[in-house]
Amino acid sequence: MFVLDNASWTGPWVTDSSILHLLICSSTKEEETGTTREKHRNCTHLPQWRQEVMKWNGWGYSDSRFLFNKKGQAEFTGRRYRLGGLIFPSLKDWFESTFGANLQHKSPPTAALNSSAITPPNLNEPFLQDLKSMGIPHSLEAEDRVFRAHGHCLHEIFALREGRFGRLPDMVVWPNCHDDVVKIVELACQHNACLIPYGGGTSVSSALECPPDEMRSIVSLDTSQMNHILWIDEKNLTAHVEAGIVGQELERLLNESGFCTGHEPDSMEFSTLGGWVATRASGMKKNIYGNIEDLVVHIKMVTPRGVVEKSCQVPRMSTGPDIHHFIMGSEGTLGVVTEVTLKIRPLPEYQKYGSVVFPNFEQGVACLREVAKQRCAPASIRLMDNAQFQFGHALKPQVSSIFTSFLDGLKKFYITKFKGFDTHRLCVATLLFEGDREKVLQHEKQVYDIAAKFGGLAAGEDNGQRGYMLTFVIAYLRDLGMDYYVIGESFETSVPWDRVLDLCRNVKERITRECKERGVQFPPMSTCRVTQTYDAGACVYFYFAFNYRGLADPVHVYEQVEHAAREEILANGGSLSHHHGGMALHDEGSRWGTSAGIWAGARIRF
Amino acid sequence: MDSSAQYLMLSRREDFRDILEERRTSSDLSHALKSFTRMSSRASPPCSVSTLNKTVLESQHLHYIMQEVSKDTGEPLEAIREEAAGILEEMSQNLQLGYIRFLGFILSKVFKRLFRKINVNEEGLQRLQQAMQESPVVLMPNHRSYVDFLVLSYLLFTYDLSIPVIAAGIPLMGMQLIGEILRRSGAFFIRRSIGTDKLYWAVLSEYVKTILRKDFAPVEFYVEGLRSRTLKSLPPKLGMMHMVLEPFFKGEVYDISLVPISISYDRVVEESLLAYEILGVPKPKETTMGLLKARKVMDEDYGNMHVCFGHPLSVRDLAKGKVNRKQYNLIPRDLPMKPSESIHAFANTTAHLVLRLQQDNMVLSPWSLMATILMQNLGGINLKLLTKQTVWLKWLVLDFGALVDWPVQVADSEVMSSGLSLHHSVVRCEGDQVLLAEQKPQRGAAPEEAVFRRAVAVLMCASYRNQALHVLASPAMLSVALSLAAASSRADIYNLYAFLREMFYNEFIFIPDRTGQDFEEACSLLQKCGTVQIINQNIMVTDKGLSVTSFLTAAVEPFIDAYQVIFRYICSRSVQEFTEKQFISGIRTFTLNLILTGEVKSYDVLSSETQKNALASLVRLNALTKKKREEQTYFSPNKAAIGRTADILAGKIAPQARTYSRL
Repeated sequence: MFVLDNASWTGPWVTDSSILHLLICSSTKEEETGTTREKHRNCTHLPQWRQEVMKWNGWGYSDSRFLFNKKGQAEFTGRRYRLGGLIFPSLKDWFESTFGANLQHKSPPTAALNSSAITPPNLNEPFLQDLKSMGIPHSLEAEDRVFRAHGHCLHEIFALREGRFGRLPDMVVWPNCHDDVVKIVELACQHNACLIPYGGGTSVSSALECPPDEMRSIVSLDTSQMNHILWIDEKNLTAHVEAGIVGQELERLLNESGFCTGHEPDSMEFSTLGGWVATRASGMKKNIYGNIEDLVVHIKMVTPRGVVEKSCQVPRMSTGPDIHHFIMGSEGTLGVVTEVTLKIRPLPEYQKYGSVVFPNFEQGVACLREVAKQRCAPASIRLMDNAQFQFGHALKPQVSSIFTSFLDGLKKFYITKFKGFDTHRLCVATLLFEGDREKVLQHEKQVYDIAAKFGGLAAGEDNGQRGYMLTFVIAYLRDLGMDYYVIGESFETSVPWDRVLDLCRNVKERITRECKERGVQFPPMSTCRVTQTYDAGACVYFYFAFNYRGLADPVHVYEQVEHAAREEILANGGSLSHHHGGMALHDEGSRWGTSAGIWAGARIRF
Repeated sequence: MDSSAQYLMLSRREDFRDILEERRTSSDLSHALKSFTRMSSRASPPCSVSTLNKTVLESQHLHYIMQEVSKDTGEPLEAIREEAAGILEEMSQNLQLGYIRFLGFILSKVFKRLFRKINVNEEGLQRLQQAMQESPVVLMPNHRSYVDFLVLSYLLFTYDLSIPVIAAGIPLMGMQLIGEILRRSGAFFIRRSIGTDKLYWAVLSEYVKTILRKDFAPVEFYVEGLRSRTLKSLPPKLGMMHMVLEPFFKGEVYDISLVPISISYDRVVEESLLAYEILGVPKPKETTMGLLKARKVMDEDYGNMHVCFGHPLSVRDLAKGKVNRKQYNLIPRDLPMKPSESIHAFANTTAHLVLRLQQDNMVLSPWSLMATILMQNLGGINLKLLTKQTVWLKWLVLDFGALVDWPVQVADSEVMSSGLSLHHSVVRCEGDQVLLAEQKPQRGAAPEEAVFRRAVAVLMCASYRNQALHVLASPAMLSVALSLAAASSRADIYNLYAFLREMFYNEFIFIPDRTGQDFEEACSLLQKCGTVQIINQNIMVTDKGLSVTSFLTAAVEPFIDAYQVIFRYICSRSVQEFTEKQFISGIRTFTLNLILTGEVKSYDVLSSETQKNALASLVRLNALTKKKREEQTYFSPNKAAIGRTADILAGKIAPQARTYSRL
């Protein structure tokens, strides 16, 4: 019912294992299938001049965005995504009532990037000369520099929309391979330049921010041209890949050979392999494939003191601390990850979405805990709270047939009237099963049986799909919010099972109260979902957004509230981060020290 | 500013409304049967009593403890579980609206008979309602009378607010029928001496915490632990305090509101028992409830009663910057954990803060002001003089920020005579003279008997003085310091003030770690009413201020004298250590002799409360060492230190200098 008929994704043989298929138009996909490797290089999603296809002051592709059309209906533009051209009739009401926002009150961004307003680069001439002599592509253009001066933290995007720029990288270099990186790092050492590795630019940990007081020339090292699968080892089921490859490209290329990594972080459309390694990323389907630390077999990293790598590609070793664990999570402070060997798996035979409605969040968490205890979690299992369920619901596209809307009504009637669920308390778990058809069906039954014990009712595949869709479009939605005085962000934590409920309640409440105390006029949206389950705990993901009309310094208010929320997380036994990374968060006093590129933070000697 | 200071500065102007007025004009029956909707928009639907008890018994925390106890005692787990179930059954309340209605009906009748007015600050009730919607609420009233016990439930019922569950002592349960009625009105029963009974503690704390976590109902308990026989605040007991705070520290609830409630009586129903109880003599034969039932009590007039609901304290606010909640992260949250030092200090300070806020909202009756004057004129006083001084005192305590229930548009002389007649059990008039009403000893009785009868009369009067004492305590400490100090330097006076505060810590209830602020406040109070001048770090009593300082000093003199007698007694004994029991009987004989010879005038020293407080102070000052052996507590004195303390108190030597900080 949602975007397409079910057949294309429950076929006997999955041709595209990644969950992005929910989102990306099949037409463009077909076009790309069957092209040669050479052609791939040219149509990679991240061209050297990214601003040609991507927004310089917002999320994703320039042609793709949410907007409220003249009739006041929300729609999604462009043809890139399956959402393109669709109308979302309930989004406006949800948006206005959730945030107290009004379509009359707009806060548009500054129209275009004004290159003349940008300070000229502080060049390290000897470095530049040597670089030129080596023939490594580079740029001093303002647009290129601006594009690589930020990640996607709220304060970064907010500043861009207002046309404010902080310290920018002074130049951008595009190494083509590992050896190029070695040369660049050597040059930087030799001429005392500062390097900041740049992958997909999706960082939400302020790691790409240039230290304002950095006197040296800052060079942004863009890995996007290092985007090849160098080899696939079918006997050991590994693939050796350059670190600049973007998630969806990696998956697409592997799929062509009948393989996948199964590593699907929410940012996989734009984030790169090197970035995953540098931030200890976690993928949605980690229950089957594992997190990045489980997937990595070998890492090659260029440091100021030479190249770090193991001498073998083995499943495990016990010769002192694992150097991989220094590299993963170092967020670019120790070196540049250039090549990675990853585990790969044959494409799964069968995929199936699902969803379960619970009478309340408490029951839902109890169910997830039981699923984790029995170690029978499907590829993905996520539990959205009531507010997020409502949010997801607001993203239902226009229903074309009366019959579907009638069915929807019936479903709602069954759940609320017949089963007695309270629409303001119920919550939804979304599920994704993957594997052999037989086993998937068996597995599905096992999970639904457990859910039933906690009062859960199976609620169909569409709800499941829509839940995952929300994940991918949330960043586009943030841009829409920012057009109407609404700012927001997400943050996540890892927490022991027995504290999940308390942490969720307290953090949400803290956000609401802090907003009120700081003069936010309308109650914020403060919502969470449990996105990953482990033996000893869970990962919880929060969305937090509010209407900032009437506030003098909204970003400051936002940061204060987020700070309070993180404090609350820690007080409730959660961690600062599960997968976003956040060395900068650990010690806000020395945040520049840890995020300032590879020379500033390196303490560990190899 | 720290948040406890903010709470202390909140406005204290309260408007009261008499709830009995409506009861006197409309039907009690329809009041009892009125529709009652529990106003609470929060959380999940309320659970039943049996679900609550089941949750407690099945809790992980109790499970851990039962396993431990089973291991310690060697008894099978099943037996321990049964024991726990037994404890819970004995303890648990069984709140039923029907019984509240029944009780509401009875209480309407009783209250109308006993009291002229029951005054309530409705604004406080509105704040309470607001607080109930935001977080679980703990009601913390002071405890002066058995009447306290149900008056709050009665009020909350009248105002459509959630009926609390109330921590009560087990003796109440013992009373036939009454115990069961109380249980169904929300009382849960706690044994008096739990000591080290691990299982009992676990059941109790899990019970209290579950009620809060589930927001089953507001929890009501007396932080003083007991009914105060002296009508003065008692030092707080921290056991329950820890229990109600922990769900917040562990993040099980977002916040907890503590609501200090001040109940003030013109005349306490069990007044005649008070003196007997503090003198430690066997009570008259009736049980307390028997007394309540007696017609004599029902026929008496007990004047007005004031119930003042204070501003709710947010535990989250109070704990900000004081308690690091992360300390709970590294131990499974259901495992018992000994409270850390910071947690303990926080519970202690918070309990003291609540007591202080209770005191701040007490409503003083003209009578308690009269009693304060009378206590300085035990030989009798001319009515005109008494009136003049009482009115003077009224202005002084108003200056000090007290709430006084002094009727407007009524002549002072009428206020006086009304107070005197209401308290005919304590005072009598002989012509123009106002005298204590003491029973004449029988002819041929021992002289000790006469002292004893006198002591009963004086201590009864003292109890009513005590109702006003908290207003005077801090400025009085300052006045004493001013009179003891060799020089007028601020630092010297602060030293003495701090010493006195430590000395009388349990007597007058000071908030820990606020010595500096309290000192400043006392100085500015006395400065405001022209009693002292502060020039260049010197504090001097003004000419016209002398009357104030000497009055204030006289107000606390009985305590200073009492402590001196106690110090003398301990130093005069040759034993190395003594138990509390030995001490109390010894000091009684010792004092009796001193009073008989006329050497000592203070009767407060005969009060077992004062005696115990003095012991506690000496322990605090390290002049006594407390040791526990075979279930028995022994005190061994450091006579040199006690002697030094006595000398400081007498103004002979200066206390050790301490760092003066304004904080």
